[in-house]
Amino acid sequence: MSNVKRLVYVLIAVALLALPIAATVRAQDKVVVTWWHISTNEPEKNFWQTVTDEYMAANPNVQVEITVLENEAFKSRLVTVMQAGDPPDLFQSWGGGVLWQYAEAGLVRNIAPELEGEWKDSFSAKAALELYGRNGEYYGVPWTWGAVGVFYNKALFAKAGIENTPTTWAEFLDVVKKLKEAGITPISLGEKDKWPGHFWWVYLAIRLGGEQAFLDAYNRTGKFDAEPFVKAGEYLKELADLQPFAEGFLGLAYGDQAAAMGNGTAAMELMGQWAPAVQKGNSTSGEGIGEDLGWFPFPVVEGGAGNPNDVLGGGDGFSVGMNAEPEAIAFLKYLTSADIQRRAAEIWVLPTVAAAEDALTDPVLQTIIKARNEAPYFQLYYDQFLPPAMGQVVNDGVEKLFAGIITPADLAAEIEASAEKELVK
Amino acid sequence: MSAIRFRVLPRAFPQSLNESQKRSREKWLTIAFLVAPGMAIFLIFLLLPIFQSGYYSLFKWNGFGFPKDFRGIDNYLDLAKDKVFLGSIAHSFTIMSLSLLVQLPLALALALLVGRGSLPGRQIFRAILFVPYIFSEVITALIWLYVLHPNSGLMNKTLGVFVQDFKPITWLGDRNIALIAIFMVLTWKFFGFHMILYMAGLQSIPKDLEEAGRIDGCNEMQVLRFITLPLMGSTIRLTIFLSVLGSFQQFTLVWIMTQGGPVDSTATIATFLFKYGIQRFALGFGSAVAVILFLLTLVFSIGYQRMVMRQDYELRV
Repeated sequence: MSNVKRLVYVLIAVALLALPIAATVRAQDKVVVTWWHISTNEPEKNFWQTVTDEYMAANPNVQVEITVLENEAFKSRLVTVMQAGDPPDLFQSWGGGVLWQYAEAGLVRNIAPELEGEWKDSFSAKAALELYGRNGEYYGVPWTWGAVGVFYNKALFAKAGIENTPTTWAEFLDVVKKLKEAGITPISLGEKDKWPGHFWWVYLAIRLGGEQAFLDAYNRTGKFDAEPFVKAGEYLKELADLQPFAEGFLGLAYGDQAAAMGNGTAAMELMGQWAPAVQKGNSTSGEGIGEDLGWFPFPVVEGGAGNPNDVLGGGDGFSVGMNAEPEAIAFLKYLTSADIQRRAAEIWVLPTVAAAEDALTDPVLQTIIKARNEAPYFQLYYDQFLPPAMGQVVNDGVEKLFAGIITPADLAAEIEASAEKELVK
Repeated sequence: MSAIRFRVLPRAFPQSLNESQKRSREKWLTIAFLVAPGMAIFLIFLLLPIFQSGYYSLFKWNGFGFPKDFRGIDNYLDLAKDKVFLGSIAHSFTIMSLSLLVQLPLALALALLVGRGSLPGRQIFRAILFVPYIFSEVITALIWLYVLHPNSGLMNKTLGVFVQDFKPITWLGDRNIALIAIFMVLTWKFFGFHMILYMAGLQSIPKDLEEAGRIDGCNEMQVLRFITLPLMGSTIRLTIFLSVLGSFQQFTLVWIMTQGGPVDSTATIATFLFKYGIQRFALGFGSAVAVILFLLTLVFSIGYQRMVMRQDYELRV
């Protein structure tokens, strides 16, 4: 009897020991795909979860593990895991200089072989796709792509007696003055995060110098302290001198900026295609300003060399980490399939795939996608296109200009000094 | 009795030199065996990284792969000219001085009030005053972001009620005010910690000493000045030490509340390191900052312990 008991105990012990091993074996059957995205808004987060669940149901051998991170937290954390040489399989990426820096260090995987052919041809945002690769290699694909422009509150414009949206910088300044006179905060800006402010300076530089000035400076045949870049600062100072922003805007974050728009306490913001969704999410009612929201392209600067249809913008893509299994790439292909893109377009996405573009019903977003597709020159955000250090210099410098502690010429000189350091080939 | 003791003694004293050597070797082996794991962790995770930072600080390095671009002491020369870095050192010193001048006296005063004596409900006060220290720094920062929000924040709303024609203060948006606002939050967060230390110090003072003073005709101020405070000397010296080190290393609260802004007006050495070293992919440069921060705190720690806190160690031995 006691021998039998002992045997039972031993068997139980062995079973307990074997359990974790069995569990590991089971887990190894599945390919785990780790995925970091930054869609923290409830509907968007839920959408990614839903389509992932559907995918896992259809592909039981794949286990997708999602990590949702807030934008700034994501950037810090990604840098850390990159330096440790352990990137997630799929992660948020804006393309451009930052991604290329990862590519140079061999931290992302070239998906050109998988991309070539049908998948690549499905994209309508070709310029965007090119930002996810270099020299014939590709490290990711865009899934939403748009343009930065001015979102405005039609009701507040009407209240200030403004009938037409401004098309030139002079008209724009007039609009700002009228709004101020009517007691309305003309522009919402959360400069603590810095990138929302850099749009203003960069857009002015595009209008003034156009494609040529930027590419010359970037390729080091020209300079970032050339006339258009200095003038961009001067025009921006003209705007800042009107004090068009809410009190304490230097200490406010982008979330505050979106909230002011969503609650209808500010009349305009210069922002990308995601703005309506974020305005809703950050508004007190959760609904934003709905039908009152309008959009117009960044005003033209008289005498500027840029084409009035040139667009500053960008979007979101997912890049592929160096340790990704083929299953991760298959999953990425699924995420940018026409079906998923169409469904995402109903929530917040501006499809990058041609077959999904007609799913877009919101008139504001339709205008933006048109601007994106028709732009003769598409400028990716400086802070993503340029090497990280230089992008930060632009962001910090523009903040100083808003704070009134740097002259436009010194701002351009600071950026040029950084370009000399960072862009040496 | 004596016979028994005689038998015990030889065990403690080795009989031959040989045995003594053997014993001492065994003793050292045992010590080495027990210390090795801890020592290994200390060497690998503490000392090695310090030397690595020193090494990396001589390179221009983006953090990927191995550093190759040797630049000598260029990073340090750049730092010496960097206005933002010099500013961040100044801010760290400002926070430190304000801590010593405002935060510690405040904590001491409150400790004297609620740490003992007959104030009614002092246990409740004590608990309430200690609560801020229990929150994590992240929570504290987030709470205060709401409180200090220029339009809807509790601070401006409250001031608006009490002050006529109150113009909202942009606490974190004004370059001249932001550092003060940050310091205010730091004080709110950390005075409770110092208060608890002071209360512990107070409790170790024998009541009869103060009583004797009173009998000899001291008034309460004199008791405080000549008996209580001198006897709390070791505690006060310890809190100064902790406060200075904490000020130099402050990161979390500042980063969440302002990211060192607006325009670097609240940057501390640690936020400067993170922003200009890590976020800009300049780990060589960042390492140079780390080395300077390390040297600052090291020199202070050793100097302070040697010169100021030495008496406390001797007293206790």
